[in-house]
Amino acid sequence: MNRRRQRKERIVITGIAGRLGRALAKRLHRTHEVIGIDRRFTPYMPKDISVERADIRRRRFEDVFRREQIDAVVHLNIMHNPRQDSSLHHDFNLVGTKKVFELCAEHKVPKVVVLSSANVYGPDPKNPQFLTEDAPLLAGTNFGAIRDLIALDMFCNTFFWRHPEIETVILRPVHIVGQVDNAPSRYFRLERPMTLLGFDPMVQLIHVEDVVSAIIRALTPGIRGVFNIAGPSPVPLSLVLDKLGRHPRHVPELVLRAMLQVGWSFKLSDWPWPELDHIKYVCMVDDEAARNQLGFAPQFSVDDIVYDLLHRQL
Amino acid sequence: MGIAREKVDQWFIDSFDPELWDAICKMDAGQNEYGYDPFGFHPEYLKYLGPTAQWLYHHYFRAETHDIQNVPDKGRVILIANHSGQIAIDGMILGSAMLFDHKPPRIVRSMVEHWVPTIPFVSTFMARAGQVVGTRENARLLLDRGGCLAAFPEGVRGISKTFDRAYQLTEFGLGFMRLALETNTPIVPVGVVGGEEQMPSVYNFEKAANLLGLPAFPITPAMLLLGPLGAMPMPVKYRLYFGEPMHFEGKFDDEDKVIQAKVDVVKSSINALISRGLEEREGVFF
Repeated sequence: MNRRRQRKERIVITGIAGRLGRALAKRLHRTHEVIGIDRRFTPYMPKDISVERADIRRRRFEDVFRREQIDAVVHLNIMHNPRQDSSLHHDFNLVGTKKVFELCAEHKVPKVVVLSSANVYGPDPKNPQFLTEDAPLLAGTNFGAIRDLIALDMFCNTFFWRHPEIETVILRPVHIVGQVDNAPSRYFRLERPMTLLGFDPMVQLIHVEDVVSAIIRALTPGIRGVFNIAGPSPVPLSLVLDKLGRHPRHVPELVLRAMLQVGWSFKLSDWPWPELDHIKYVCMVDDEAARNQLGFAPQFSVDDIVYDLLHRQL
Repeated sequence: MGIAREKVDQWFIDSFDPELWDAICKMDAGQNEYGYDPFGFHPEYLKYLGPTAQWLYHHYFRAETHDIQNVPDKGRVILIANHSGQIAIDGMILGSAMLFDHKPPRIVRSMVEHWVPTIPFVSTFMARAGQVVGTRENARLLLDRGGCLAAFPEGVRGISKTFDRAYQLTEFGLGFMRLALETNTPIVPVGVVGGEEQMPSVYNFEKAANLLGLPAFPITPAMLLLGPLGAMPMPVKYRLYFGEPMHFEGKFDDEDKVIQAKVDVVKSSINALISRGLEEREGVFF
């Protein structure tokens, strides 16, 4: 234990080539020894970060654990691409995650942090305004493509019980926006985004740097469990679009749904139509546990998020 | 476009007494820096309700309140009232009373059915006007934030009863009492007089209700004479009697029997308020 204190903590980040992975690595590399893994090409990284180009499902990934004692793993290598073939999607997310956890158990890594998402709860008219961590994960009811992410979240939960010696942290952040290439950020970058006529749900957004802060908080020894991570106070969707200076097109639901279905099948749109529920119903989380146990408080207000969306290129 | 919109908004605002509008805008429901509370309530949106609600409240139903100051000016409270009259005008009257007649105005948060958020425009409008989807978590959160909740524990049973049972309270649900005990919230009983006569129903056509997916299908004499026009509520005079706040103590997860005894206390005080109202009034329409 003593020897470990003397050297920098060694942290493995899976999916380091992603924007969130890069943001996390840049924040951590001065105080921690960062090892990154990704099967994608990783663009520029600070020199003291060693990046391994490997698929987390393959053997080469194991070597990272064999070589040195790892102090923590941050698992971000989770595929969110709706266009990707669903069997690959399932395989990569579930088999990959299983592999990561197996290696952690085998090599006695004391801490694993997984980034799930608040989307696993799913938007629903029957939702309470704020969902707590023990709310059922119902997103798959109407949206089949998200089932692997729910299964992944559940898998991490079972691991949490099977390996009490490992501190497992599951973070479920709300819509991450900023310099990331995900659905909500893309939606807000549209010059004329479509909204559903007559619907204006309250939404929770979080700045990508706040998510990074939450992950760093989760690395603190002693922290374990599931945490909803929310950003600044919720606001109506229209207010965010207003602040961005967008001129949304209000489209009746039936029309927009049909348009997206056609657009999807002709590969004109990458927006799976069941996700329309996100601009129709609330899917907001109660982040009390994160505030109290994790000590996490968001630093970026809605205005900061809007500013970054407008002034920073992807 | 922008100017026209501003003018329309100003017209809505002008329908209010300026002092009242000022007080409504200053209502504190725990709004964030953008003016919205976590449920999407925004006091300024109430302006769109202004002309209709005020006309209905002051001119059509000529509502009158007694001891409305029994409702505390701030802090959590549950208003429990009897439900009547086939359509839920009493909810609107109670909400308007707390805005127009209570000093300072308070927004009544009532719990709406979970299908309300699925209707375009209605969903947004209800949320902005402070209405909340009825789940226990939401009710608890509203009370924790010092909200004023209204509930009609009779539910559909009360609203759809036929005229021969007017002003006889039906069975009360127990949920509100458990909520009050759990959150240590005072209860203000409210007796609503007048609602029963707005749409006297002689028969509840249950088969038609089931067929149409409605909670009830009342048959009223007016409907038989005037057809659909008879479904308009009659301009009865509404009288609202507010009782003293009641405090209850005990375990919120106690047996139904124990909770029932406490609910019966509230029920009998509502009964007393209704009898007082029925005694004091000299006519249904004036």
